[in-house]
Amino acid sequence: MLTPLHKQLLNDFQRDFPLTERPFQAIADRLGVTEEEVLSAFNALNDQHFISRIGPVIPPNHIGVSTLVAMAVPENELQAVADKISAYAEVNHNYEREHRFNLWFVLIASDDQHLQSVIEDIEQETTYKTMQLPLLNDFFIDLGFKLDLNND
Amino acid sequence: MIDAQDLQLLEHVQLGLPLCSRPYAQIGANLDMPESEVIERLTRLKQKGLIKRMGVIVKHHKLGYRANAMVVWNVPDDLVKQLGGHISRFEFVTLCYQRPRQPQWPYNLYCMIHGKDKATVLQQLEQLVDCCGLAGFDKEILFSRRCFKQRGALYRRNAQALAHG
Repeated sequence: MLTPLHKQLLNDFQRDFPLTERPFQAIADRLGVTEEEVLSAFNALNDQHFISRIGPVIPPNHIGVSTLVAMAVPENELQAVADKISAYAEVNHNYEREHRFNLWFVLIASDDQHLQSVIEDIEQETTYKTMQLPLLNDFFIDLGFKLDLNND
Repeated sequence: MIDAQDLQLLEHVQLGLPLCSRPYAQIGANLDMPESEVIERLTRLKQKGLIKRMGVIVKHHKLGYRANAMVVWNVPDDLVKQLGGHISRFEFVTLCYQRPRQPQWPYNLYCMIHGKDKATVLQQLEQLVDCCGLAGFDKEILFSRRCFKQRGALYRRNAQALAHG
């Protein structure tokens, strides 16, 4: 399903995407193909949901505030509680994890006051307590993720 | 350091570059900003670290990386920076953060590991523990199960904040 060109585009352009007038032409020149081929390959990867987008990864907490939040919710109520939480625009990721604390989500807001009011609303609406785990230090230098695509 | 036009630009560009010959010109057209200024601002934001990386954002799960574990450790506070720096150098690690302890939660160092299956993730974790000298510290492994929400774009004007908490 993935062509050699697809694999190169997936692995080799997760960082340092060309910031030039014709970035897809620059990629094409590097790979010895045409700009049209690069664009059509990216369109295919996009259509098949292998990529979410081409864009910037922005470090957390440089603009606005955010926190990771964990909740311990009875299994039979988890879906309903998760749906209530996902409905908030301030909620970014929302995952079930295998643990007593089984619901994990990220909240983002313009300031701490707004963040705290959303947390209060969530606790009231769901009747479960939250545990706030805001970021203190980010050690991760994001260079992209090396994919092993040999089985495709 | 970052002005209103930078924010407006980030808001647009984080939704993804349009797949066309001159994507920065098209983004600029929406913002009434010349193509050259779009490129200049993005280059500067990247140099300043306000863009961590610029490029293809892949969907791990769709590409066969089905297992994802958040691993949390309780390490002495004076070691957290050194250990975090070490952990984040491993290829299979996709995030590495310090977070505060809580009364029911003694852990202060977090990392995320993506792998094709659980067994692979656990193997990689073992490698991490050995190489970083983490064997003596309490840890928990939280594999992800259901994804209820995963927003592609991270920064929104109303929210004015960025992902991953």
